[in-house]
Amino acid sequence: MAIDAATVRKVARLARIREPEERLEPLAQELNTIISWIEQLEEVDTDGVEPMTSVVAVALPLRDDVVTEGGDTRRILSNAPKSADGFFIVPKVVE
Amino acid sequence: MSDLTKLTLKAALAGLKARDFSSVDITKAHIEAIEQARGLNAYVLETPDRALAMAAASDERLARGEGGALEGAPLGIKDLFCTEGVRSTAASKILGNFVPAYESTVTTQLWRDGAVMLGKLNLDEFAMGSSNETSAFGPVINPWRRSGSDAALTPGGSSGGSAAATAADLCLAATATDTGGSIRQPASFTGTVGIKPTYGRCSRWGIVAFASSLDQAGPIAKTVEDAAIMLRSMSGHDVKDSTSLPVEVPDFASYVGKSVKGLRIGVPKEYRIPGMPAEIEKLWADGIAWLKDAGCEIVEVSLPHTKYALPAYYIVAPAEASSNLARYDGMRYGLRAGGPSLTDVYEESRAQGFGEEVKRRILIGTYVLSAGYYDAYYLKAQKVRRRIADDFDQAWQSCDALLTPTTPSAAFALGEQSDDPIAMYLNDIFTVTTNLAGLPGLSLPAGRDAQGLPLGLQLIGRALDEGTLFSLAGALEKAAGFTAKADRWW
Repeated sequence: MAIDAATVRKVARLARIREPEERLEPLAQELNTIISWIEQLEEVDTDGVEPMTSVVAVALPLRDDVVTEGGDTRRILSNAPKSADGFFIVPKVVE
Repeated sequence: MSDLTKLTLKAALAGLKARDFSSVDITKAHIEAIEQARGLNAYVLETPDRALAMAAASDERLARGEGGALEGAPLGIKDLFCTEGVRSTAASKILGNFVPAYESTVTTQLWRDGAVMLGKLNLDEFAMGSSNETSAFGPVINPWRRSGSDAALTPGGSSGGSAAATAADLCLAATATDTGGSIRQPASFTGTVGIKPTYGRCSRWGIVAFASSLDQAGPIAKTVEDAAIMLRSMSGHDVKDSTSLPVEVPDFASYVGKSVKGLRIGVPKEYRIPGMPAEIEKLWADGIAWLKDAGCEIVEVSLPHTKYALPAYYIVAPAEASSNLARYDGMRYGLRAGGPSLTDVYEESRAQGFGEEVKRRILIGTYVLSAGYYDAYYLKAQKVRRRIADDFDQAWQSCDALLTPTTPSAAFALGEQSDDPIAMYLNDIFTVTTNLAGLPGLSLPAGRDAQGLPLGLQLIGRALDEGTLFSLAGALEKAAGFTAKADRWW
């Protein structure tokens, strides 16, 4: 499956990265080169193979659902590009 | 006192304990060396005041006859580890002037053991790269040069700053991370020792995430024993990382110098790739002969899915990266650009904040995870990954560890491979398999090419069997007798 400029536009939109129109075609070519190299995986017989989801054969640990840290608004906001009154200030989301 | 930077970590710790010199002495010596080596671009942030304060505190503890396993030893920290109150960037513009309000578990353990932080080390942006050229701070320069040439070479990547700083005596040892070879390839390019331990040995908490199922921290050091000392402090179970293993941390250094007699060493035939330089073939043959002399039995093994490891990696790693890097949205920290709408801010912040290679990988990851392609790419790659892990399990039936070259070439010149992503990706051809399978891999310097550049050998072990790797690496280190250092030009 070849990637064209329209696909790159769609994927960039999904990834929330602005790509200027003139970059779409060169990016499509780059991604095609990489994806067609990746597609050699089709040669591998994986019928009946369980996908590997974890490299470590242990069950995910559970802990009690209790607060361990928190109540430190100042530290949480310390890197905010914009904040006021203990809140992050973000662009308007609803009209 | 000027030679304090030339000490190994082990010798420095002994000297500190014996009070032959103070931590302030050895820290000052390193601070001066760093100031004189700015041309290497190894440090993206120097923290001399903090270093001297930590050193003074160490000296007080040493004076009382106290102190931890790394008491007073000045180290460099890859700028992928969050350090409380000290700017942490992952070498990306998108993190800007991010100052963490918390400390990574690995560095917390280093300070617990008395280590001193000299500063933060350069890397490829978000650890995505094999040459350090994707760093927002510009590339690190390898202290090594080809004989008779002053061309700037890459120290490898992504832990290029860690490797260059260790090789140039700008720290006693450094922290690093490895997702596809980012500890071992730079170690090989700079004549240093690096180990990526078993996945889950070191907590990932507080390390900027790239590909969570592959990322693992480890040290870069001057000797095998130094790497073992570092790894012990860096390892250990952490409830803040659910993939961290609840297992005991061995005294890794106690394995260095142990006899390797009777160990069976596998030589995987698939690692003999077409076009491999004769010098690397020879280095590999030397390694085999040295281990044979030390009493090991050499067996040929087959890892039939080796050639599929890199393509599988370039699905799994970008997919996980596209998910992990979704957090950089310009809202809570880092760069905020564009406007006025929310989507404009997201798209513009990420367009301006991420470099080209990071964007490329996010786009690939988003594509392979997008509707309709998940099974064809991500699921397929996870199945191939299982095949690769099964290959190793099969190999362990007939051997105890594997010996391979670390990289298919010596350090290359800056700019030489940056136009061709796939050529760059091939740097990790021998290292990436262990990340996919979660196994430990160690690189040590074992020889030099015709131009005088260091070359590394890699040992791969069973899960949690770093001890055997340290014993074998100790034997190889002794046999290879690699003591060369880069001629100082900086």
